Amino acid sequence: MTGRERDDARAGRLMLAPALIALAVLAAWPGLWVLWLSLQRRIPVFGIERFVGPSHYAFLAVDPRFWNAVQVTLIFTFISVALEFLLGIGVALALQGQQRGRRTAVALLLLPWALPSVVTGRMFEWLYHPSAGLLNFLLGGQAINWLGEPMLALPALIVADVWRTMPFVALLCYARVLTIAPDIYEAARVDGAGAVATVRDITLPLLRRVLMIALLFRTLDALRAFDLMFVLTGGGPANATETLTVYAYRSLFQTLQLGFGAAIGVVVFALVMLVAWGYLRAMAHQEEAPA
Amino acid sequence: MSARSAVRDALTLAALALWAAPFFWQALTSIKPDVALSAVERLLAAPPTLDHYRAVVQKSIMPAALANSLGVAALTTLLAIVLGTPGAYALARLPVRGKQLLLLGVVACTAFPQVTIVGPLFVLMRALDLRDTWLALVLADTSFALPLVLWLLAGFVREVPVAVEEAAQIDGAGRLTALTRVVLPLVAPGIASAGLLVFLMSWNELLFAYTFTATEASRTVPVALALFPGVYEVPWGDIAAASMLASLPPILIVAGLQRWLVRGLTAGALRE
Repeated sequence: MTGRERDDARAGRLMLAPALIALAVLAAWPGLWVLWLSLQRRIPVFGIERFVGPSHYAFLAVDPRFWNAVQVTLIFTFISVALEFLLGIGVALALQGQQRGRRTAVALLLLPWALPSVVTGRMFEWLYHPSAGLLNFLLGGQAINWLGEPMLALPALIVADVWRTMPFVALLCYARVLTIAPDIYEAARVDGAGAVATVRDITLPLLRRVLMIALLFRTLDALRAFDLMFVLTGGGPANATETLTVYAYRSLFQTLQLGFGAAIGVVVFALVMLVAWGYLRAMAHQEEAPA
Repeated sequence: MSARSAVRDALTLAALALWAAPFFWQALTSIKPDVALSAVERLLAAPPTLDHYRAVVQKSIMPAALANSLGVAALTTLLAIVLGTPGAYALARLPVRGKQLLLLGVVACTAFPQVTIVGPLFVLMRALDLRDTWLALVLADTSFALPLVLWLLAGFVREVPVAVEEAAQIDGAGRLTALTRVVLPLVAPGIASAGLLVFLMSWNELLFAYTFTATEASRTVPVALALFPGVYEVPWGDIAAASMLASLPPILIVAGLQRWLVRGLTAGALRE
């Protein structure tokens, strides 16, 4: 190793140290400590704090409320992400040929994504209002209690989530679509390919990679979603919209069972990591195979 | 341009405006008097008023919350950039042992569910007596802001040709001088992009803010809006006005700093 390389290595350590220390204290350590917390019965208001081993996990395994939360989380994630992709790809294709007003179009597109999710929650709460809401008015003066009916609350929540996250998918696809060379389309036109065939055989295959990445980001975010259910329904009615994150939060800070809430938090983390690992494997697999 | 494509452009814009309609409805609600909010027909017919904005500014904690949010988001952004820029440079350019593992760890941090670490962070903030302070929120938000900055900026640094840096060093500049005089200016747009994203995320953050704050001293805009008080009836007009105030920074960023925001958003996904 030359003196120069040694200097560089030392400089590297010095430059990385502050960031790594911060991440160790603020992310890695809480991430490990939560495992330890989840093995304790810890209820601060009663001064209870003792080691109980994996009993919280054993309880969760037979807890119907937990399995309901798993189901709500998976339904929410699957349907939200599927709708976002259908609409997002559609918007990207519509924007592809946009000549005038691109900036305005992107601003309109990004607005729902950039707003605080609490604002989105409050907005949809107002739109869904049974007597004064715009939605019931547009449906011809219905009095549907969108957020109060167990059958309707989760779909209503999904609509609000798709509203604010579809732009992310659309923007990533749009950015990729802009980099496709126009002569590919010209060649397809000369060969007599129609609009549908062009999208199916040229645009979508070129979007595959960015779609996979967007899918990963969006799935992880949907599994971790919290704000909208917290503001719009608080997990109700009758736990119809209680995701794992809301169940964890309620256990941590409403019934103040820190250990039990931590155990649910660990499950959320495991789920996120499992999905991420699965995706990355699938992507690596795809890249090996000739496109 | 053909008339056909002009029509197409207009239709796409109209469809996107329609998609954003819930926001415009909230904006309209914010300037209609309370008596008109009981039914849609009355809302549409009523004359505009600034009563709700007056009420929110004079009687709610929104002004304090806006100041808190601005402070917390700005400090989080500053901290993440100050800690993240040198770290990102090291990850991109310098021989650091275990680099692949560190990068993997950074990516894993961006996937951390907030609800997983909020419990331990709560115990930590209580032990350090930081509850209900800006510092608690800045530190908690740094847990997701810093990994993002490290990841994005490492990518932007890699885009700077090594030759540019080497040329500066051959001209007699040390590595540090080359870094501050040559690399940093070239990466500045990337820093702006990462900073904007982090600012938005911190501005919008609810879970940590809801958990670690207790009073006006540190409650942020999302918390104030989530807890917006109603005595007998939900004050929809005031909530709408408060929503508009909460949306100001995101609107300004989307409208005025769009290029940098889009660059930050797409950088991670489109790069190989």
